[in-house]
Amino acid sequence: MPEDGSAVTEIDELVEKVLKGDQRCVSRAITLIENGSPGAREVIALLFPHTGRAATIGITGSAGVGKSTLVEKLVRELREEGKTVGVIAVDPSSPFSGGAFLGDRVRMQGLSADEGVFIRSMATRGSHGGLPKTLSYVAMVLDAAGKDVVIIETVGAGQSEVEIMKAAETVVVMLSPGMGDEIQALKAGMMEIGDIFVVNKADRPNADRTVLDVRSMLNMKTEDWGWRPPVVKTIALEGEGVEELLDEIRRHREHLSSGALDERRRRRAESEVVEAIGQRATERILSDLRRSGRLEETVRRILALETDPYSAADELLAQMLKA
Amino acid sequence: MSSNRRIKVLVAKPGLDSHDRGAKIIARAFRDAGMEVIYTGLGQTPEQIAVAALQEDIDVLALSILSGAHMPLFTAIMERMRERGMSDILVIGGGIIPDEDALELKKLGIRAIFGPGTPLDEVVRFVRENVN
Repeated sequence: MPEDGSAVTEIDELVEKVLKGDQRCVSRAITLIENGSPGAREVIALLFPHTGRAATIGITGSAGVGKSTLVEKLVRELREEGKTVGVIAVDPSSPFSGGAFLGDRVRMQGLSADEGVFIRSMATRGSHGGLPKTLSYVAMVLDAAGKDVVIIETVGAGQSEVEIMKAAETVVVMLSPGMGDEIQALKAGMMEIGDIFVVNKADRPNADRTVLDVRSMLNMKTEDWGWRPPVVKTIALEGEGVEELLDEIRRHREHLSSGALDERRRRRAESEVVEAIGQRATERILSDLRRSGRLEETVRRILALETDPYSAADELLAQMLKA
Repeated sequence: MSSNRRIKVLVAKPGLDSHDRGAKIIARAFRDAGMEVIYTGLGQTPEQIAVAALQEDIDVLALSILSGAHMPLFTAIMERMRERGMSDILVIGGGIIPDEDALELKKLGIRAIFGPGTPLDEVVRFVRENVN
């Protein structure tokens, strides 16, 4: 047992209540993890064995495409089936002030008084244009708290969205008609990550054209474990196509359970541990270099043109690894 | 306190009141001051506001109201917050609120009321100085 009795008991208690689904404790655990506060790693370690039960769904797409509106409708439908749902709505932090305006709750107002739904807004914080670094761990808290489904809504900013694959097992990419050139741009990252594609605002002209564009783009994609991403038309505002989308999500879950899920989880575990190693190693090495004054010394040598940053880094690393 | 911590503010519009210009302006001021602002949108019930406060684990609740129904609504919100053990959250209000009502509201635990024309800096400074 750990020596520091008092602090640890508090964490144990928090974790126990999270596992029982206590809203306040779920909320506090998320904050701990988000802030990287003392105890965060322990909370993650204690909750981890209780994860892997929830169906995790990522919804991504450009701003204004209708993500929050669709999420609201999805949650309503899931609630009717008696499922409990966690929602994480991500919005970008301002690179200038570090602040953020998180407005996704506006479209989800009707859900907030429902005990079976837990909605949490998250700012991207230090991660530039991508997703918050702690996202998959926050999703884990909701999973461990017993939510049947965890939906993650993110702003599609292109390439960095690949990160969503780490936090969600089914990724839904949303588009709307009239995005012509944007579809071209989306090819880069989005086509690869989507398990299901949604063309929202399907009552608009050119909706069928957009569906065709997406389908033809998907034809160029190599099949992944025998799954061909379907394209679903929705009018989220009116709830049209939502049932169909849920059917596709279920179909994808079934597909995953036939082997693809294990592979996905393996990849995710690998990338998470690699990332953690990189982070911890960098932290350790840098604090060492700072403390010993060698970092400053190296910077001085670079400024004096005695060495260049890459050679200096190699040299420092070689020294440290030897030690 | 961890360096990653940010002040989280919930800006809420309780009741039947469709004027949210003020709420959006103050939300922007908080964001530009480096805070994370969650905006609820219009027409929130006291219950919805308290649930949002709980789920978002906020530090500050900023209520904006122009409908005149501040007394019953603010009272109900404070009650719901207390029921859920969130008495440590800094609650402030803004809008058209007569002085005598403002006094009553302070007794309820609403720490400050900011009327029309209050400089944004003043509100931001108050939050920074009084947040737990």
